[in-house]
Amino acid sequence: MTLNLPKKDLKTPFRQRSTASLAATPDFVTTTSQWLGQRWRGVFKSFLVLAVLLLLILALPVSAQTADAFALALEQIRQGSMVEREQAIESLVADSRSLKLLQALQDGKLFDLKAESKLVIGSESSLGYQLTDAISGENLPEVERSAVGKINLTNKLRSTLRKVIGQLQLNVDDADARLIAVKAMIKDIDDKSLELLRTRLIQEQDAKVRAAIEQVLLIKDLDSQDKTARIAAITALKEHNSQDAANRLQTLTEKDADGEFLEADSDIRNLAEAALVTINGRLKTYAAIETVFFGLSLGAVLVLSAIGLAITFGVMGIINMAHGELMMLGAYTTYVMQQLMPNYLGTALIVSIPMAFLVAALVGIAIERGVIRFLYGRPLETLLATFGVSLFLQQAVRSIFSPLNRSVSTPEWMSGSWQINDFLSLTWNRFYILVFCLLVFTALLQILKRTKLGLEVRAVAQNRGMARAMGIPTARVDAMTFGLGSGIAGVAGVALSQITNVGPNLGQAYIVDSFMVVVFGGVGNLFGTLVAGFTLGIANKVLEPYAGAVLAKILVLVFIILFIQKKPRGLFPQKGRAAES
Amino acid sequence: MKILSKSFRKLATATALSAALFGTATSAYAEDTIKVGVLHSLSGTMAISETTLKDTMLMLIDEQNKKGGLLGKKLEAVVVDPASNWPLFAEKARELLTKDKVASIFGCWTSVSRKSVLPVIEELNGILFYPVQYEGEESSKNVFYTGAAPNQQAIPAVDYLMNDLKIQRWVLAGTDYVYPRTTNKILEAYLKAKGVKEKDIMINYTPFGHSDWQSIVSDIKKFGAAGKKTAVVSTINGDANVPFYKELGNQGVSAENIPVVAFSVGEEELSGMDTKPLVGHLAAWNYFMSVDTTKNAAFIQQWKDYIKNPKRVTNDPMEAHFIGFNMWVKAVEKAGTTDADAVQKALIGVEFPNLSGGVAKMLPNHHISKPVLIGEIQEDGQFVTVWQTNKVVDGDAWSDFLPDSKPIIADWTAPISCGNYNTKTKKCSGQNY
Repeated sequence: MTLNLPKKDLKTPFRQRSTASLAATPDFVTTTSQWLGQRWRGVFKSFLVLAVLLLLILALPVSAQTADAFALALEQIRQGSMVEREQAIESLVADSRSLKLLQALQDGKLFDLKAESKLVIGSESSLGYQLTDAISGENLPEVERSAVGKINLTNKLRSTLRKVIGQLQLNVDDADARLIAVKAMIKDIDDKSLELLRTRLIQEQDAKVRAAIEQVLLIKDLDSQDKTARIAAITALKEHNSQDAANRLQTLTEKDADGEFLEADSDIRNLAEAALVTINGRLKTYAAIETVFFGLSLGAVLVLSAIGLAITFGVMGIINMAHGELMMLGAYTTYVMQQLMPNYLGTALIVSIPMAFLVAALVGIAIERGVIRFLYGRPLETLLATFGVSLFLQQAVRSIFSPLNRSVSTPEWMSGSWQINDFLSLTWNRFYILVFCLLVFTALLQILKRTKLGLEVRAVAQNRGMARAMGIPTARVDAMTFGLGSGIAGVAGVALSQITNVGPNLGQAYIVDSFMVVVFGGVGNLFGTLVAGFTLGIANKVLEPYAGAVLAKILVLVFIILFIQKKPRGLFPQKGRAAES
Repeated sequence: MKILSKSFRKLATATALSAALFGTATSAYAEDTIKVGVLHSLSGTMAISETTLKDTMLMLIDEQNKKGGLLGKKLEAVVVDPASNWPLFAEKARELLTKDKVASIFGCWTSVSRKSVLPVIEELNGILFYPVQYEGEESSKNVFYTGAAPNQQAIPAVDYLMNDLKIQRWVLAGTDYVYPRTTNKILEAYLKAKGVKEKDIMINYTPFGHSDWQSIVSDIKKFGAAGKKTAVVSTINGDANVPFYKELGNQGVSAENIPVVAFSVGEEELSGMDTKPLVGHLAAWNYFMSVDTTKNAAFIQQWKDYIKNPKRVTNDPMEAHFIGFNMWVKAVEKAGTTDADAVQKALIGVEFPNLSGGVAKMLPNHHISKPVLIGEIQEDGQFVTVWQTNKVVDGDAWSDFLPDSKPIIADWTAPISCGNYNTKTKKCSGQNY
């Protein structure tokens, strides 16, 4: 074990102390004397390590020695250099006490409690961090953020950590944890892991974990000397949906630089090739499913952003250029809600949905009452006026929230993906947005079909004069309709905050797409908007792998231009007298 | 109705007027001052990044005035807003040079804005300090490049990935415009020179503000699943990064499997992002806020005090302006005048310490020498340096890895005095840049 003095050289500029002091002490005019003080503290710390080392040498009984090795490892994790930290983590694999600590380290929850120079596990609380002791697990008092320094990791450390945790976790009671452990070990498998897996397989009861271990062993079997074992392995792997297996089989069929096959045995080679054909066939099917899902989720975003416009533009005939900014307001509402409840991100997101609807609807009504109602029947002026409103809203947000993007967090249940198998996984955030889009659509449809407001909206849209003659307060209905369309835009903003930037320019990115979807679907037809959104989404995603993102978008636009030439009223044109006006 | 539309028109006129006023708002003209132009977008898409640089310049000028100004005169900042509109950059630059008669301009962010200012600044013989990392292949008599050239950012980053992380497959992903295209061209040539095969390089371009990364990330995942260690070299610009990293996180691509090294993601950008999915990914810069030097600590404190917000961060282009401004001050003192020709001459060879270590020197090709740092993103939006060059690297205007620009050098000292000099034909190309 090497003992490095805390050098301030270029290779190790990331000693815990330096980053901690930077992050934690807000007021640090580092005068020379203070700086020197830090240096001395560094030297002092290294003496501490030295002292621990000396203790280690002096401690003769074996049990005491392991205890000190444990303490030394912890000390090195706390304040060692990255290299020392890595050695320490590797040394901890033999010690079951370390699992909780290592997991906390992996999750970024391990801290150095500066006052007492010891490792603690912290979870965020309103004051700062709620601490527990990293080894004993006992509760410690809550402290402020600056009292602790986070233990930093690099990628190299992370992968070591993953392997060590995998080895430690292979024998825990929870089957899911075991599965994760096996998967973590697959990445770079060494003899030690292999031995652990083999012993585990004998006593393993859970089918999924068994399958995962068997797959690892099968891949390993491909390297064996025994031909029958290899053939058996190939035949078995053919049925596995595993990228690792496919890669390993692929190498069996490849040639080296001189054109010679890497695999000398032609039987094995041919079998591997046949197996690859089967696997690739399945891979293509899954890729197609994935593309459709990508298309649907892009479509869901398009539908969400266009559906409010389908009301204001489609039903009322107002070209509202500020539609995108109403979405932006929805997204900022989500940001504000999350700021108000920093500890309940998921709840904040759900509460933001009605809040965003309210905020955007009120602003929408204000726009309608303040600007648009004076301009009915003058589409050009409406366009210019609402464009002005959109600039106004953007600048307002810039002044209030600063021109910088705001960060909206994704709650735990919306992160990550739904891993169906190695070849197919669907991301949760997109999945939820797809479901959310369909919910919003159904809700909107019900409002228009089943409520009094809906009836009045349809009446006014079909024949304003007649509706007024029947005693419907058209001015109020106009305001409510515009408010409804705007509110839906706000709700769309909540969804967008989960997948893109929340900044003043958020709306501009979506306004053109929204108009495109509404026009393509047929003005005045909600179902048209839904179908158009999903069609364009899927078309875009099918084209993207071949044409690239830039060209795919152009192709879709060209297609729409041609389509509108042929069918100016979109996919589902309105029929009857209402369509003539 | 009529009255209303009238008042509406009045309102519109008033807005237009105030907008016009806002655009040219400057502090009161004093007789004996040296004027410094600040040409950064305060509205539009680039306002996100450029507003900070405007504030940095105001802080530096303020600081210099407290020290007694320059040549016995006070400095005066002339701030204009080119509104992220590239042609407007040229107009505003002309306005600064002819109407306000500024001694030098600090400004621009995107390469396209610099390219549009170039002809104006060369015609009127001004001085422009450009603080952002860029694609190289340019050296103008009138521009001083204080940001990184490709050999001070992109090439060392690739070296690090290749040597330290043993990367064999490469995804070059970028936004579709001049900086990523040129940088990727240089990187592709460099990788091929290092023996990387065509099939192990994947190049991908996306539009500005691209937000749907599902298929591209899925492609990257498949490309990286082929058994060899893969990395993404990202020249994706600004806004598009957030959904990109989010998608990477959601599809389970972690920094351990496929690290992403970014050239356009700094502390400022990270402060507006949910950093969870980014932790462990890399960025290459010449300065990190987390660099632990006394000078840097003082600079950060000065910035926080000036902006009156303890949460604000510093970043690489801010450091570039800090160095550029101080170099200009030194050069003016050395020349004893603010006359453009004299200052341009005096600037070459001026030295000023970098905040991140080493000494920056203005080279004859109008680029400066700086250290290269590679950092891993942490959850608090700061970087942990994982690799660093052990001395400063000189900026190279013309890349040695592109066959066309290999023989070309830039040297603004006699006898060459040319930004585009071909060492083979011994000719200076007619263009100035």
